[in-house]
Amino acid sequence: MSNSPGTESLPGLRFRERFPLLALVIERMILSILLLFAVSILIFGGVEALPGDFATTYLGQSATPQAVANIRAELGLDRPLVARYFEWLGGAVQGDFGTSWASRNSVSEQVGNRLGNSLFLAGFAAVIAVPLAVGLGMVSVHFRNRLPDKVINVISLAAISLPEFFIGYLLILYFAVNFGIATFPATVYAGMGIIERLQAIALPAATLVLVVLAHMMRMTRAAILSVMSSAYMETAELKGLSAWRAIVKHAAPNALAPIINVVALNLAYLVVGVVVVEVVFVYPGMGQYMVDAVTVRDMPVVQACGLIFAAVYIFLNMLADILAIVANPRLRHPR
Amino acid sequence: MPETSNQLLSVRNLKIEATSYPPGEPPKRITIVDGVSFDLQRGKVLGLIGESGAGKSTIGLSALAYGRGGAEITGGEVSLNGTNILALGKGGIRTIRGARVCYVAQSAAAAFNPAHRLGDQVIEASVKHGLMTREDARKRALYLFRVLGLPNPDTFGDRFPHQVSGGQLQRAMTAMALCSNPELIVFDEPTTALDVTTQIDVLAAIKHAIEETGTAALYITHDLAVVAQISDDIMVLRHGRTVEYGSVKQIIEAPTEDYTRALVNVRQEIRHEAADQSKPLLKIDNVSAQYSNGFKVLHGVSLHLCKGQTLAIVGESGSGKSTLARVVTGLLPPSDGRITFGGKPLTPALKNRPREDLRRIQLIYQMADTAMNPRQTVRDIIGRPLTFYYGLRGAAKTARVRELLEQIEMGNGFIDRYPAELSGGQKQRVAIARALAARPELILCDEPTSALDPLVAEGILKLLMKLQEEQQLSYVFITHDIAIVRAIADSVAVMHRGRLVRFGPKSLALSPPFDDYTDLLLKSVPEMEIGWLERVLRTRRMESAGN
Repeated sequence: MSNSPGTESLPGLRFRERFPLLALVIERMILSILLLFAVSILIFGGVEALPGDFATTYLGQSATPQAVANIRAELGLDRPLVARYFEWLGGAVQGDFGTSWASRNSVSEQVGNRLGNSLFLAGFAAVIAVPLAVGLGMVSVHFRNRLPDKVINVISLAAISLPEFFIGYLLILYFAVNFGIATFPATVYAGMGIIERLQAIALPAATLVLVVLAHMMRMTRAAILSVMSSAYMETAELKGLSAWRAIVKHAAPNALAPIINVVALNLAYLVVGVVVVEVVFVYPGMGQYMVDAVTVRDMPVVQACGLIFAAVYIFLNMLADILAIVANPRLRHPR
Repeated sequence: MPETSNQLLSVRNLKIEATSYPPGEPPKRITIVDGVSFDLQRGKVLGLIGESGAGKSTIGLSALAYGRGGAEITGGEVSLNGTNILALGKGGIRTIRGARVCYVAQSAAAAFNPAHRLGDQVIEASVKHGLMTREDARKRALYLFRVLGLPNPDTFGDRFPHQVSGGQLQRAMTAMALCSNPELIVFDEPTTALDVTTQIDVLAAIKHAIEETGTAALYITHDLAVVAQISDDIMVLRHGRTVEYGSVKQIIEAPTEDYTRALVNVRQEIRHEAADQSKPLLKIDNVSAQYSNGFKVLHGVSLHLCKGQTLAIVGESGSGKSTLARVVTGLLPPSDGRITFGGKPLTPALKNRPREDLRRIQLIYQMADTAMNPRQTVRDIIGRPLTFYYGLRGAAKTARVRELLEQIEMGNGFIDRYPAELSGGQKQRVAIARALAARPELILCDEPTSALDPLVAEGILKLLMKLQEEQQLSYVFITHDIAIVRAIADSVAVMHRGRLVRFGPKSLALSPPFDDYTDLLLKSVPEMEIGWLERVLRTRRMESAGN
């Protein structure tokens, strides 16, 4: 008979007990890969199921049955669905998304440029928005139910309540047209200097910051407030610590998990949900590329964009899950 | 009164109020502390004692000019070294908290921040107040870990709160309070949440540290026997007012007030042990049990209980005493062994038991609060088993509920009340009535009095004994409190780490020769006697020297 029952079971279980953190992280990664695989099926199937057909759109008036069949054969559309799916997936895994039907260029090459632009815009917005939102959330907690808290709440709520294209046009009207201190349109091109680039994207970045600020700020405020009534916050106060130090040093670390999750959701939104902002500011990013592709039924481009967006979403959420797990001292330092 | 330089804390006419918001009524101002005055000299310890709601914690926190949960200090003076700290502004009071006056909370497990290492938390106040450098503070923390007898003092500070035991956390909290060399420490029930064998170690460590560092202390507790070991003076409080204030010797040996006398004499023997313990009603035969993950919690336990008698099961947290009750109820079917009840074997699993067997065994829990539906009235709570087991409805049911309320010494007026409108003791009485409603033969009582104040608990115990006489009830009484065992048991079972270490009639089980564990357990229970702690520690040292 064993003295410590439970350890005599499977080796997998023992690994889980010895490295609970690593086991959880690996589990999340495997789940993410499975999820991405499932999403790829959905994207491929969904695009297939769309009404309309590239050949008829492309040929327009001259779409004789013979011409349509020719183009379909040329693009390989006459082959079975499953075979085409695995061919596409195999290419995508190696970074090859095929050839655009409309421009006959490599999709990967074009997406690469566009994705870089989108990530640059999203990254710039995130660098400003995340610290600002978390900071404002903590300020809000510090002055809870007093004037600064209310002002922060009202302004951020107003910003989230206005549609993003409307905020975009407002910013253009005031900063580009009336005061003339910002540039419009926000067109960027290869070989542009970093300073020029930043100037060009100032307005779309500001729009994005205003849109995502409220969500993160309010979650930070709520998460920290729920910790404020804990016994260890009373301990901090009875140690004679300043209220600000108590919030930053003692409350915030215990509120990390929900904050990380909402930050990840908003970062994903910054990459994926910027279509409207890119259109408003004529910014050459992924969103605009995808919208153009949908209008001409350019399926390889639509599928590539869809899969990349899904991958970004899944990756950021996986990262958030892992960070939230790592933020828990009980898992980081087992007994 | 001579104003000497030895005077550290002087509290005059303290008045503390709070606003309560009773449901469905306009907000009310309530007075928590009313006109309390006391003095504390440097290096002395004053014990504040009373039931819950006596205002003792609130008074303790006033020494840090802090009001918990909306409590406001509305009158009087709290002078530290002649300065009224209530008149200081926010910034001024911050320089006192954590530097000159420190606080040790009841639950160190909740009071430590789970996100930071213990060492960093212990030295934080000293460093932030600029009293010492980080390096010096670390050295002092190390010294204090040693004084308080913490294991591996050199590396103890690197650990996180969840990595050490409750008793160690409580000592670490004391180290945190002592680190800044304060003039005064407020100990708020620092040992109440601990097991009795752990309590004695923590108590000894605190006493030693107080003597070693020469700090003064306010020691808050509801246990007069504990405070007698550590204090110089004692103040007895009730309903926010002073009942009696004097030296330890006077309070323990010659109390002048009835209330103090009741506290000192609490839990004398209520029931004498039954002579005949040979005809068992409940027989537990070599029972083992394990959780679904294979963890073994009971190892071959055998004991029995006779009709109309009380079996007390004593042990610390994790000893398996509540698990044994779960096995008897069928909530956790045994993995081995058998249980017979009234001469017939009891079906192992709850879901297979006939309703008649369910009726014959009833339960009373530690937290009457959580064992009742807050949205049901007393009538519904007690009436439910009447309908379930006896099919009673309407007037017949109401009549029986009234009869049961009579038995638990509560009037008719309570029949339409909700649990929230009852006191802790009243709730436990309703829980007893609910158990009685089934007309059971055996009631399993799982620490029914440990959440109650001593005098209220005494009332519950007397009620249980009266009901036993009247209805020939048998009790399995689970407790960690030896004094209760002495007061009410016929037979005693001592459990330790899932094993039965001792079982027999009370007179035999609680008399020497003892096994090691029972000996330790019995010697750890604080006695209402000045110098008891020193005596026990001395014997322990002599024993270990002898070994």
